[in-house]
Amino acid sequence: MAKVTYVENDGTEHTIEVQNGMSLMEAAVKQGIPGIDGDCGGACACATCMVYVPDEWQGKLAGIETMEESMLDFCERREDNSRLSCQIVASDAIDGIRVQMPESQH
Amino acid sequence: MADDILIIGAGQAAAQAVQSLRAEGFEGPIKLFGDEPYAPYQRPPLSKKFLAGEIGYDRVELKGADFYTQSNVETHWGTRVTEIDRRQKRILTGDGRGFDYGKLLIATGSRVREINVPGFELDGVHYLRNIEDVKSIQAHFREGARMVVVGGGYIGLEVAAVAAKRGLSVTVLETADRVMARVVDPIVSHFYERVHREEGVTIETGVTVAGFEGTDKVEAVVSGEGKRFPCDFVVVGIGIIPNTELASEAGLEVSNGIVVDEQCRTSDPDICAAGDCTSHPSAVYGHRLRLESVHNAIEQGKTAAATLAGKEKPYNQVPWFWSDQYDLKLQIVGLSAGYTQAVVRGDPESGRSFAVFYLKDGVLVAVDAVNRAPEFMMAKMLTQKKAVLDPARIRDEAIPVKEIAG
Ligand SMILES: Cc1cc2nc3c(=O)[nH]c(=O)nc-3n(C[C@H](O)[C@H](O)[C@H](O)COP(=O)(O)OP(=O)(O)OC[C@H]3O[C@@H](n4cnc5c(N)ncnc54)[C@H](O)[C@@H]3O)c2cc1C
Ligand code: FES
Repeated sequence: MAKVTYVENDGTEHTIEVQNGMSLMEAAVKQGIPGIDGDCGGACACATCMVYVPDEWQGKLAGIETMEESMLDFCERREDNSRLSCQIVASDAIDGIRVQMPESQH
Repeated sequence: MADDILIIGAGQAAAQAVQSLRAEGFEGPIKLFGDEPYAPYQRPPLSKKFLAGEIGYDRVELKGADFYTQSNVETHWGTRVTEIDRRQKRILTGDGRGFDYGKLLIATGSRVREINVPGFELDGVHYLRNIEDVKSIQAHFREGARMVVVGGGYIGLEVAAVAAKRGLSVTVLETADRVMARVVDPIVSHFYERVHREEGVTIETGVTVAGFEGTDKVEAVVSGEGKRFPCDFVVVGIGIIPNTELASEAGLEVSNGIVVDEQCRTSDPDICAAGDCTSHPSAVYGHRLRLESVHNAIEQGKTAAATLAGKEKPYNQVPWFWSDQYDLKLQIVGLSAGYTQAVVRGDPESGRSFAVFYLKDGVLVAVDAVNRAPEFMMAKMLTQKKAVLDPARIRDEAIPVKEIAG
């Protein structure tokens, strides 16, 4: 179980418990948290689930695979700390993580 | 008068509409009616990871159980809507109840096209649209079991891929002279035929199914050409039919889908429609479209919600779609219909990564990208802009994708 805080672009925070094995995208969409669309359901095919991960959490995540990298590369609002939240899987190691959402996913 | 917003059909478009209605600030009552026993779920995994048993129901369900309570939505699962009474502004359900509406959203999706040949009612002949269908198909998944897939479209081919991986003996029968003939260039069809053969699947094109044979259950598929394909079970994937009957019986305009405008409004201003069941105008292509895709359902769900909440969010996007088979991720953006030139980037003859750019008089109208996310993402931008591309630059892999437009 990981406690995850999603921060909307306007600063609104949503903190939820995400069960291990579930992606941060799935958990957000299930709760209807605004700011993450997840159109493809986590198939790494849409890049509508981008989030910014603070540096202190970067090292705790699995590395970026080629597919994710190419999708991110074309995101309009990509920053150095961007990740696709469908590729971030909850585990005890990321308990307490905070991710920031972009202004829009399109 | 009731200001309730009622939603008929509880699928992808409906779930999005619920979320967007609340996000748009609508605070009145929302009631959601779905004839399946489940809350809205995603269909794409039904022919992919869910069919393969890699993920369970908790991962296909679109929203968590408390989402509907928290959004203050009254849910009626397992409830079929049988009539829309526009004069009284109420809907009737199969169990004889009536519910008044202020505004209505029709999000009834589509159903499978059935195959009408002798033996179609035999046990072991399956379709794939919902969770129950997956369960019936999975019950046959044993190593060595013989499966015949009727129809070489995305869904049939995805099922073939999953079954082949599970060690089944798989044959795909397609009427056209190549698979996916309706939507992609022969280059892409032949690529997929090659990969399926490499994975051990038999693909037979130019085969028209004339009937199913068997005593208690299906034992063989017979073709019009007289060929016989012995099998243990069959999965039929020959297309879908939009669920428009409720709308047409209520006197709404229907023509290859429920006719809506770019705000998802039907011919009745109090009724919107969204998803697979609609026919909508496309400013990008200059004619009406009826699409069968998640993206379309989500975006129309958003647009319809805005309209119902008294706002405007016109739907005008280039369609996109994906399909997963084996280690191939096919991402399609745009509609290639009417293209004048197909330009290939990469090598579809060997290997498993390339993209086909479809040009219509020089303008990019669509791209099929196989394991080519950069090409797909770039094409999303370029098709929306109606970019004119130079075929030589597309072909030249020394030019980075980002610089393809010059
Ligand atoms: C196996 C499969 C794989 C797919 N793969 C992909 C893919 O990879 N990518 C992609 O983009 N798209 C894919 N699709 C298509 C995509 O799932 C659909 O386009 C999408 O679900 C459409 O959403 P919808 O809300 O319009 O309809 P649905 O999600 O079908 O929802 C409509 C709901 O309304 C219910 N309903 C109908 N009539 C009534 C009534 N009178 N009363 C009450 N309820 C009613 C239906 O039973 C259904 O539950 C796939 C579809 C299938 C079946
Ligand atoms: S949900 Fe589509 S890429 Fe993450």
